[in-house]
Amino acid sequence: MEDEIILCRCEDVTWGEIREHLQNGWTDAEEIKRLTRAGMGRCQGMTCRNLIAKEIAGFQGKKEGRFPPFTFRPPAVPVSLGLLGESEDD
Amino acid sequence: MTETADVAIIGGGISGCAIAYSLARQGCKNVVVFEKGYLTSGTTGRCAGGIRQQFGTETSCVLARDSLRSFAGLGEELDFDLEFHQGGYLLLAYTEKEHLQFQKNVTLQRRLGIDSRCLSPADAGKIVPGMNVEGVLGATFCPSDGQANPFKTTFAYAAAARRLGVRIIPFTEVREIRKGKGKIQAVITNRGRWATPVVVNAAGPYSGIVGRMAGVELPVYSKRQQFMATEPVDDLCKLFVIAFSRQVSFIQTPHGSILMGGGDPQEPPSFNLNTSWQYPVEFARKVVAMMPMLKGVRIVRQWAGLYNITPDAQPIYGPHPEVKGFFMAIGFSGHGFMLGPITGKLTAEWILNGKPSLPVAGLDVGRFERGETIPEPSVI
Repeated sequence: MEDEIILCRCEDVTWGEIREHLQNGWTDAEEIKRLTRAGMGRCQGMTCRNLIAKEIAGFQGKKEGRFPPFTFRPPAVPVSLGLLGESEDD
Repeated sequence: MTETADVAIIGGGISGCAIAYSLARQGCKNVVVFEKGYLTSGTTGRCAGGIRQQFGTETSCVLARDSLRSFAGLGEELDFDLEFHQGGYLLLAYTEKEHLQFQKNVTLQRRLGIDSRCLSPADAGKIVPGMNVEGVLGATFCPSDGQANPFKTTFAYAAAARRLGVRIIPFTEVREIRKGKGKIQAVITNRGRWATPVVVNAAGPYSGIVGRMAGVELPVYSKRQQFMATEPVDDLCKLFVIAFSRQVSFIQTPHGSILMGGGDPQEPPSFNLNTSWQYPVEFARKVVAMMPMLKGVRIVRQWAGLYNITPDAQPIYGPHPEVKGFFMAIGFSGHGFMLGPITGKLTAEWILNGKPSLPVAGLDVGRFERGETIPEPSVI
């Protein structure tokens, strides 16, 4: 994969950035997420988490699935604080 | 197969990694750190990264002041961008009791060289334009308080420690601690046995479990806090705002997202890391009442973390009197990240020289039995 390819579109994280951290000895998707913000944007990794896990596995010469993607956290879609506060009586 | 280490540290959070680095810096390089998940996966990676000096006891203030001073040069020392910034902390008093406590705290802090000051509600409102100060009786502000990225700070310590020869082993769980004649002899992990004369308990929320492995009951318990992150927005409040009595805290990171959350007085002790659906609803009402301009800002992520709490809300440092070679860096009661650099330095000194360079001997585990606790009043 070319370095310029953007893997996380929300936070503009390229494969090059991720590759550099892997070359520096970081090995896990959770670490890569926290070093680069990949998967921490508006979509919370919906688009990129499996792609990143696959590329990390590839880099390490491991089978796909050997490196699980990072944890999903709620909410499933962004929700405004105003809307959250109004849902009190539901 | 048995490997050996001079010191084995349990916990790959800020405390464990800072202690490992400080030991190596002071010449003790045969050090191993065991982390059962990825680095920062316990409590460090779930905190907001705040660093404040505005406490209510001399012990807390001195530790936090010296830790903050370490943070100022830490990025350069570790050769890592820690996203450290000093936007200050604004503490809001909503009760008469808090208001009086804050005034006492500021007198204490100023005597210790901390640049905090009391503010009227109107002046507090000027620091965060647009904030609703209704119900605020008074406030204190300390401009040199700040924030750093907890992931990057921990990773930076880990990388620097590894460069000095420390072995940091993630995804490795300590299952047993072996003793002989009241002394530490070895740790048993899921990947083998390590002979060592010294074990450091830096296991954050799980420090009580590690204590039991060494055959001692530690006066700590763990309790859930919940936090949320918003999408990035324009500059609103690049300082930490805390209302203890409302269990509200929030700060905007350099990236632009706002981190917000706190605890719940009804929350029972547990290791529960699940998020609740009620929390964002209740918190949103509280925070929008204080910060009406946040109404349209969207939450993108919610998570939970665990405080490891002591009866006086102060950490437990130093050797355990019943098990030779068993050292504590636990019970930070919500302040483990901000104290990271000083925890590393003092614990390493204690292990290598037999005494720390700051007068913190009173923070030993024996203080509870002696009835010499140092209750910290200003905690969330």
